[in-house]
Formats: sequence, structure tokens, C-alpha cells
Amino acid sequence: MKETCLSIRAVSKDYEGVPLLRKIDLDLHEQETLCLLGPSGSGKSTLLRIIAGLERADEGNILWYGMDISDVAVEKRNFGLMFQDYALFPHMNVAENVAFGPRMRGWKAEAVQERVEQTLRIVRMEKFRDRQVVDLSGGEKQRVALARTVAPNPDLLMLDEPLGALDKALRDELGQVLHEILRELKIPTVYVTHDQEEAFTVGDRVAVLNFGKILQLGTPEEIYSSPASLWVAGFLGFSNQVPARVIQRNPLQVSTSMGNFFVEHDSRERFAERDDVILVIRPEAIRSAPKMNGQNLLSGLIRDSQFRGDGYRLTLQMENDLIFHFHDTMRRDRGDRISFEIPPSAILCYPAHETEDHDRKAQ
Amino acid sequence: MLHFTKRRIFFLLGLITTLFLAAFYVLPLGVILQKAFEGFRAFLLVDGLLKKIGSPLVFTVYQAGLSVLLTVVVGLPTAYAFSHFDFKGKNFFRTAVTLPFILPTVVVAAAFNSLLGSNGWLNLLLMRVFHVETSPLQIMNTLIVILLAHVFYNTSVFVRVVGAAWAQLETEQEQAASVLGANAWQRFYWITLPLLKKSIVSALLMVFLFDFTSFGVILLLGGPAYNTLEVEIYLQTTQLLNLPLAGVLSVVQLLVTFLISWSLLRDTHTGVVTFLPDVKNERIKKPATGQQKILLALLLIFLFLFFVLPEISLFFRSVVMVDTAGTAKFTADFYYELFQNTRASLLYVSPFRALKNSLSYALVTMVLAGILGVMAAYGLLNSKRVKLLRALLILPLGTSSVTLGLGFLLTFTGVSLFQRTPQILIPIAHTLVALPVVINTLYPAFSAIPENLRDAAGNLGAAPLQILSKIDLPLVRRSILVSALYAFILSLGEFGATSFLTRPEYPTMPVVIYRYLNLPGVLNYGQAIAMACILLAVCALSMLFMERLLLKDKKS
Repeated sequence: MKETCLSIRAVSKDYEGVPLLRKIDLDLHEQETLCLLGPSGSGKSTLLRIIAGLERADEGNILWYGMDISDVAVEKRNFGLMFQDYALFPHMNVAENVAFGPRMRGWKAEAVQERVEQTLRIVRMEKFRDRQVVDLSGGEKQRVALARTVAPNPDLLMLDEPLGALDKALRDELGQVLHEILRELKIPTVYVTHDQEEAFTVGDRVAVLNFGKILQLGTPEEIYSSPASLWVAGFLGFSNQVPARVIQRNPLQVSTSMGNFFVEHDSRERFAERDDVILVIRPEAIRSAPKMNGQNLLSGLIRDSQFRGDGYRLTLQMENDLIFHFHDTMRRDRGDRISFEIPPSAILCYPAHETEDHDRKAQ
Repeated sequence: MLHFTKRRIFFLLGLITTLFLAAFYVLPLGVILQKAFEGFRAFLLVDGLLKKIGSPLVFTVYQAGLSVLLTVVVGLPTAYAFSHFDFKGKNFFRTAVTLPFILPTVVVAAAFNSLLGSNGWLNLLLMRVFHVETSPLQIMNTLIVILLAHVFYNTSVFVRVVGAAWAQLETEQEQAASVLGANAWQRFYWITLPLLKKSIVSALLMVFLFDFTSFGVILLLGGPAYNTLEVEIYLQTTQLLNLPLAGVLSVVQLLVTFLISWSLLRDTHTGVVTFLPDVKNERIKKPATGQQKILLALLLIFLFLFFVLPEISLFFRSVVMVDTAGTAKFTADFYYELFQNTRASLLYVSPFRALKNSLSYALVTMVLAGILGVMAAYGLLNSKRVKLLRALLILPLGTSSVTLGLGFLLTFTGVSLFQRTPQILIPIAHTLVALPVVINTLYPAFSAIPENLRDAAGNLGAAPLQILSKIDLPLVRRSILVSALYAFILSLGEFGATSFLTRPEYPTMPVVIYRYLNLPGVLNYGQAIAMACILLAVCALSMLFMERLLLKDKKS
């Protein structure tokens, strides 16, 4: 395990009386890219600004290799922050923007020039060095912003929705480039995004943030395969949800308005009989349908089947009129009725009271 | 029936505006040029022309330069405070700082006089404290009082333009700079200052322009010793009757002001009648540290003394009678006397008549400037040469009112048809002075209307004239009202052109105030002050109304 460089200890922050962050604890290791994933308003940008020193935490500390840096001025921290809409200096050209950080740190002119060339090469923008930043396209601006952020050799890199201002095609392309650059630079990085795909691509670890708390921390695989809560599952796009009641504990079996289902037991939750729960059926469940043995049978009316490049998006109207979506492998005819069996491992189960709990907290 | 196609409408609008400007702007300037040419020919043979031009020119530039410098000294911290801090009474101070911009020069002169003049409060106080017979503070008729008045006036321009830009400046660039290692001074020098450069430069140019063409302030406060180009033109025309020299001086004046307005043209602030916007962003915070609180308090005290005290002093001077023994008592006599025709002098005009004259001129100006402004702004909208045309329409802003007055006098009174100056020339001159600002307020309002609204209306069957009346005019009606009100206020206080064109029996309020201020006696002084108070009240009320309208505009 790499050494921990940044530690966030019990950081809380209110904004106009509303709690934005509540006692956040988080560690970042050397050479690691940690993604903060959460919806807008979840406090992830605020956490970034607190780390950068642009805002102060109401409570808690920021440690850098064990040293409390809460009182260190922004400009003294040597952290790089790439702003969401880049905040390029409109009165300077590309090279001047990139040179700004090294200059402020008092580098010699030749060293500054050399560094500018070098960083522009890294982001493949060396031909743009004399261009005005206002004339650049969104993707070019993004790359200049990245070059400017890494130019002064920051000890820590923070990226706030670096792809957020780009359209889909550019996002995919530049996301790949960004990913490679981060790997090459080996600077510890905190990467803020609301897009799970982006977080899973870039992050060595992902922290899912909402309601001012870290709801789950783990590798992308861990988070995707077992979301820690109903909210996380919903945020990851698992929208096939149905209320259920536990009828048997071991093996876990529940009853729903669509029939009874076996669920692979999750040790984190201990359910009692007659507990109200929410079932979440993974969208890829239909792909892994095993040979039929009459259990966990799901059937519905095909409402739609849309081609999505790597497969089909199947819209089903279930028997209880709920609408479910699945990632399907083939086109199906609208109006047909299908039945398929879902493996117990494709079903997640969460206590039902969790929804109310979060609804209340969110207010 | 004549069918109003879009083309014809724009042609007509353009034609009317062009004819108006040709008759009342280009023609008078041409006549001045011609007079100046005569002047050059006559003076080329005479020594001293250079000196006659040079000395007022040098002094004009000198005092304007000094004024600009002082305005920055006062304006920069004020703009900073307004764009960075939230504090109690901010609205009050905002109004106090921005009010002077629309105050008539005679009112400012009277207010400064009531505070700092030999009969002013400060001197009365000093006389009482030190038991002396004569006023110890002789600040009137010095360069100092001219500079004070210019700073009083133009801080509002500076604060409005720079403060607004500062408040709307993104904070992110500065934050990015700080993350990149820049400390507070480096951030200010490398980021904030360059980003504000455009607005600072245009504010300074505007302030210089106003100081360069300042007339009322110099004439009323500076006295005969300080001759700027404006005052010299006035004196050469009205007292020495040396029209060719006045023409030459006007041409020099025009060259300088054209140069400045030309460099201002690219800038949209030129027409600001808007007030310091009440922007709420993360930049604006309550003062946090003790140092900030103390500095802010000191600034606010200064702002109160400098921008509020003169008006308070003016008001109290109008209701307090101080006799030679130094005892003071409240009185309404000055106001009462304004409405009495006690003297049977032939030249005497009751102040009440002046009030009526001023109001009727102002109303005509308001309507004329409003209509012409709408025509010009709407016409610009469809013009292929917006920039050039707009430039031509804005040029009168740089033309001093005294030059305009001289041009009118030379053009329209030399003709035997008009033996005496026709009264209508006064509101026309006022319209010309107000028009650039009116157009610069209306044009952005018109161009802010999405073109597809007009297309949609046309598609739904509206004829071009109907589009104008049903879509454009309703959408910009507040801007029209605001700019018309501005024209109204400007006309009420206009002194430069008016002093050329006014007939003794039809004086305006500023002219009467000027007369009374120059007459001896407590009663005359008191009446001048009382009238200045009335003018101040009308202007302040109009401005508050304008501010209301602008706020509503912002909300909708």
C-alpha cells in the first residue's frame, strides 16, 4: 500500500445554515486518483475548495503527510486545481496562462519557457502556444487548463468536473487523453465528477458523496457490484426497483407484487422475516439468464427496444405495471410478452426505511 | 394608402434623425468652422494667437488631468468597497455617490458655496469659534474648489463604470491565480487590474471629457481667474464679442473632444444612465477583519462628508437666516420670496416664471429626445453600418454644450428672420446634449430583443409597424422612460448652452440661480439657495424614480 499523502479529518461545512459536508473522513494515497462522485449540490466541489484552501472548513482538519495545513494560505499549498469552467485568464495567451504558476513561484525565465513547452506537449497543444485563449474551442481550453494546472509541478492535483463543459463525443475522447495523462504524471489526484462512467474510468478508488456524507468508498468494481445503499444503487442508474417483504431468511427469499424471488444474501444487512425491503434488479440481469428452473421468474410486456450500439435498451411493462429497463443483447418486437429468469446474484436488497431516512435528511 | 414596408420605415426613421442632426448639429458646427477660419485669417497677421489658444488649453488640460487623478484616488477605494462589501446603509451611500452625476452644476456650485463659501457654514462656524469678523477660509475662486467639485461630480461616473465591472468580475480567475501561487498583490496586479483595464480606461476618458468641457463649475466656483476653453469661449462671445476667436477656440475644443469620444466609442458604458448594480455574488461579503471594518468606516465617513454634507448644508442654508450678528433662526422667507414679484424691475423675472420655463423646456426635451432616440436606436438596429452610424450619433456627447450654444447663436440668430433667439432652440440644444446617452441606453435595449420574436410576430401576420408598436415598444418601454427622464433631468440643469441662448425675459432656473448668486445681499443669496434646493429635489426625485424603473427592469 502506498503512503497516505492527504488526509481529510472530520471536515464539516455549512452554507447559510444548511449542512454541506458532515464530518467527512477521507485519505488519498500517493500516485492514486480518487474520484468524488455525487450529484450536483452533494458538496463535492466544496470539499475540493476546502482542500485547495479557497474555503475554510467549519470543523475538521486537512492534513498533508500528517501536517495540518488548514492555516496555510492558498498560494502556499502548491496544490493544483483545475476549475470547472477552466477560469483561464482571458487577457493572456495560451503560453502566458501556462507560464503563470511557475512565474508566480519565481522560476527563472528559461525554466518557465521550458516548462511551458513541456506541459503544452503533454496535452498536445504545442501548436497553440501563441493563441488567445478566448479563441479556443471547449476541448482546447480544457487542455490548456490542464497544462496550466500541472505546469508548476503541484504536489496534488484537483480536477473539478474537467469534462463537464464538453459535449458527449469530446468527453469520451478527452476523457481517454486525460486518463492517460494522469497515469503518466503520477501526481495524487482528486477528481470530482457527477458522471459514474467517468468516475469508473478514471478513478483508482471512488467515493460516492451525497447529503454531505461519503456513502460508499471503494474501487469502481466494488461499488458497481454492490452499491452500499439504495440511494447509491439509484444513483448508479439501477432504476428497476420494487417493494418487497422478507418471507424467509436463509436463503433470503422475498415476496413482491411480481412474485417471489430468491436473493443472494448480503452479509452487510441482516433482515428479519416480514421486514419491508426494496428489491433492485440489475439492468444486465436479462443477459445472464441461466437455464430455466422455474425460480425468480420475471415476465412483462415489451414496450420498446432501442438500439444502443453495444446492445439494446429494453423497456418492459411488468405485471404490476412498473416500468423496468434492461440491457439486452437482441432486438425484440414491441407488444410481445416475454418471461425470463434472473439469477439471485443480479438482485440487490435494501431495507425499505432507508428511503424515508434519506428523504428526511435531504430536506 | 402608403404601405409601410420594413425598408421604408427604417429609411424614414433614419431620414428624420439625419435631418435633425444635420440642421441642429452639423450646420452649427459648420458655421463655427467658418467663423474660425475667418479668425485664423485675421489672427495670422496678429501676434498672440498661439498664446490666446495656448493658455486656456494648457489650463484646461491641467485642471482636467488633476481632477481625473483625484477622482481615481476617491473612486478606486469607493468602487472596491461597493463591489466587495455588504454593509448597513449601502443603498443610502450608493445613492449619495451616484446622485451628483445628474445634479445641475449650479446646484453643486450653490451647495459648495453654502458649505465652503465666505457665508458658508464652515466659515460661520470658524468665525464663531475664533471670534473673527471676516471669513477665515477663502476657498471659493481657487483651483481647490474646482477640483473638489469635479471629484464630487465624476466619482459617480468612475464608481458606476468600474464598480459595476468589478462587481460582475468572475471570482474564479483570481482563485485560479491564488491556487497557482499568486499572493494578494500579484493577483491584483496580474489578474484584477488587467481585467478591469477596459472599464478603468473608459471611465478615465469619460471623466477627463467631462472635466475638460466643464463650464458651470469653473464659471460659478472658479471665478474670472480660471479660464478654461469653455469659459473663454463664453467670455469671448458674450462679453468681448470676439466671435472669430470664440470660433477658433471651439475648433480646438472640438478636436480634443472628438478624439476622446472616438476612443470611447467602442465602449458600451458611454451611455450609462444605470446605477451601480446591486449584484449579489460570492465576492460581496460583510467586512470580516478589524482592519477591513476600520478602513470601511473611514471611507464611509469620508463619503458622507464629501457627498452628503453639501446637500444637507444647501438645505439648511435655504431655511436658516443668519444675520450680521451671527445669530441664526429658521425661516421660510427665501422660499416665500421666490413666488413674490416684489421688485418692479424691468429685467426682473419672478423665480416662479423660471421654474415654469425650466419645466416646459424640460418636457419638450424629454419628448423630443425620447422620440428621436427611439427612431435612431430602432433605425440602428437594421443598419449595416451600426458601428459607424452609432459613432456619428454619439459624437455630440463630446461636443461641449458651450460650443453647441455658440453654434446655435451664430447659425440661428444671425439670420434676420430670427432677430432674437427663438425659445424652441433651447430644448433642441438640450435634446442634442441628451441624445447620445439616450441612444446608448435604448440601442442595447432594442438589440436585446431576440430577433425571432419579430420573426414570429411577422409570421403571425403583424405588419412592420405593428411589430414596432406591439413587440418592440412594449418590451423597451421602461428603457424609453428611463432615458426620457434622463433627458428631462439634464434639461432642467443644463447651463452651458442655455446661458448662450436664453433671453433675459425667459430665464431657466439655473440661469436665475446664477444671477442671484452673483447679486449682493442675504435675501438674494437665500433665494438662490432655495431655488437650488427645489432643483435638487426635482432631480433627486426623478433619479429615484429612474432607479425604481431600472430595478423593475432587472427583475422582469
